[in-house]
Amino acid sequence: MLSVLLIDEDPDRAALLESSLVELGYRVMASVRPGADLYAVCERYRPDIVVVDMDSPDRDTLEHMRSISDRNPRPIVMFTNDDDSSTIQRAVLSGVSAYVVAELNPQRVRPVFDAAIAHFEHYQAIRSELEQAKTSLAERKLIEQAKGILMKKKQMDESRAYRVMQKMAMDRNMRLVDLARSIIAAAELLT
Amino acid sequence: MIGDDDGKSAIDGGRRAFLARTGLVLGMSGLGTLIGRAEAAALRDSLEPEQTALRLGFIPLTDCAPLVVARERGHFKRYGLDVSLVREASWANIRDKVAVGALDGAQMLAAIPLAVELGISPVREPMQTSFSLDLNGNGVTVSNVLYAAMQELAPAALAARPVTAAALVPVVAARRAAGLPALRLAMVSRHSRHNYELRYWLAAGGIHPDRDVELIVVPPVHMVAQLEQDAIDGFCVGEPWNSIAVRDDIGRTLISSYEIWNNGPEKVLGVTRRFAEDHPDTLRLILMALLEASQWLDDPANRDEAARLLAAPAYLGLPAEIIALALGGQYRVTPTSAPREIPDFNVFHRYAANYPWRSHAAWFVAQMLRWGQLEESVDVRAVTAAVYRTQPYREAAAMLGLPYPLIDYKVEGRHTRAWTLNAASQPIAMGTDCFLDGREFDADAIVDYLGGFALHGMKVSLAELGAQNA
Repeated sequence: MLSVLLIDEDPDRAALLESSLVELGYRVMASVRPGADLYAVCERYRPDIVVVDMDSPDRDTLEHMRSISDRNPRPIVMFTNDDDSSTIQRAVLSGVSAYVVAELNPQRVRPVFDAAIAHFEHYQAIRSELEQAKTSLAERKLIEQAKGILMKKKQMDESRAYRVMQKMAMDRNMRLVDLARSIIAAAELLT
Repeated sequence: MIGDDDGKSAIDGGRRAFLARTGLVLGMSGLGTLIGRAEAAALRDSLEPEQTALRLGFIPLTDCAPLVVARERGHFKRYGLDVSLVREASWANIRDKVAVGALDGAQMLAAIPLAVELGISPVREPMQTSFSLDLNGNGVTVSNVLYAAMQELAPAALAARPVTAAALVPVVAARRAAGLPALRLAMVSRHSRHNYELRYWLAAGGIHPDRDVELIVVPPVHMVAQLEQDAIDGFCVGEPWNSIAVRDDIGRTLISSYEIWNNGPEKVLGVTRRFAEDHPDTLRLILMALLEASQWLDDPANRDEAARLLAAPAYLGLPAEIIALALGGQYRVTPTSAPREIPDFNVFHRYAANYPWRSHAAWFVAQMLRWGQLEESVDVRAVTAAVYRTQPYREAAAMLGLPYPLIDYKVEGRHTRAWTLNAASQPIAMGTDCFLDGREFDADAIVDYLGGFALHGMKVSLAELGAQNA
């Protein structure tokens, strides 16, 4: 049974990936947070595969281990196969990387890599949706507030206030929300 | 072309005379061509960026400063570029994201694109550079415990300046005699100046870096914590991590990169060959913006402001005071000692610092050979010429009216005092380039160079290397 070590800053994501790897028949020996002494961790667990969150700075450490012992994990060979460049691209964009021990056939670790990519992509999608929703809601509030200021101070109706702001933003090469922030700041200064 | 343009000054006439005197004649290989003022102006007028929105990667270290300054002070914008700076957690990320195009370019350890070219990196996408971001900038720091042991066993060697690894020799011997594990020293990547300069420093003092100590990789952000937890006994890292270890009374800084190799190269702006070929004008505009930013950054009067820019959460997210220390040319050995003045601790522009010297690249290849990272012989000049592209730099400098070298190589270690580079479009004031052991590195004499070291881990035969580099 192939053994896997997970290095992930996000414990929830690590737990989910762990359970699906166990379902696929892998043994997940440890899940560590970045910053641990990886030389000691790898020496203790001797994993066949290491899956690492790219937000963790530990990748440079893992790559160095390859040069000092064959038993240590080395960068996954998939990186060297040009026909697999789309997988590599997906992995990099989703923020996950993997390392395997020297003697392992890349086909045998493929399911681990695929599962990791899928989990990271899923997490990324959720996170960007959440962020978008959060920022757009916050931004909408600011734009509304600025519009209100113009309507009150300049006695404009709503649609005209919005058009004026749009034009100003365009003329100044600003995002509408940044213009809104300036209007709000100026109003605060003058009251 | 030399001499076909004009409206040129007496300086250029003098340059031609110099080149004729020294036998460097028009068209001779190895000599870049002068770009006339009219030619530079025409080139500048013709620039049309193939891409204006760019993503450039960086690692939160003091020497990402040229990128941060170019963005924050509007240099990229001035050249029509809308650059987002993307903070990355590891050099492996930087390399992979540039390779797959998730980043258009990045601050890179100078040895990364060379390692890719040499096939000793997991990535195969060819990379290159036309811009050196800085010279020097690292330090070697040891734990307080190790420092105390050195004080006890080698007080004279420890008091010498620069400190050599001879100060470590009795500690290494005592640990071995007592059956203790070897000292564990960390650096930031296999393919980094940190690795090679730490090895150079150790070996120059009589310590074999692979047999007498254990060298490991720890990311810069984890260095101080691992030193504090005794997971490592010392490290070689960029700033501000040496200063932080000293400030927090966790370690003592022994030596700076400047003292190991005066004005040796540190980071470069790396791009894929594909990007450079598809975006020649964009690349030149990036170089122009970076040249201007580097010029500004090199003025000591601007270093405090630079430290404030770098301190922002999006960049280093650390106090400006600690960043300003080394940036201002100072480091401390202990929290309370008077700062040591190393005015060239970080060099961003002067001494032709931004020029991608092929002799710098060749030195890295020589270290890869010396320590057995390369297992097959290589044509050193071919590799350095493929990765270190000097012409885009010359064109960017010419378009800004800045001087640029006309040669690709210099003999490193030969210049023991400030000197003037005359083989340039205009004379350039240069700094020293000495190694702490007084050796010279001539890329044309690489076999003699490598044959001269008692301590090494060579896996390539010198005869074979000599045949390939005749």
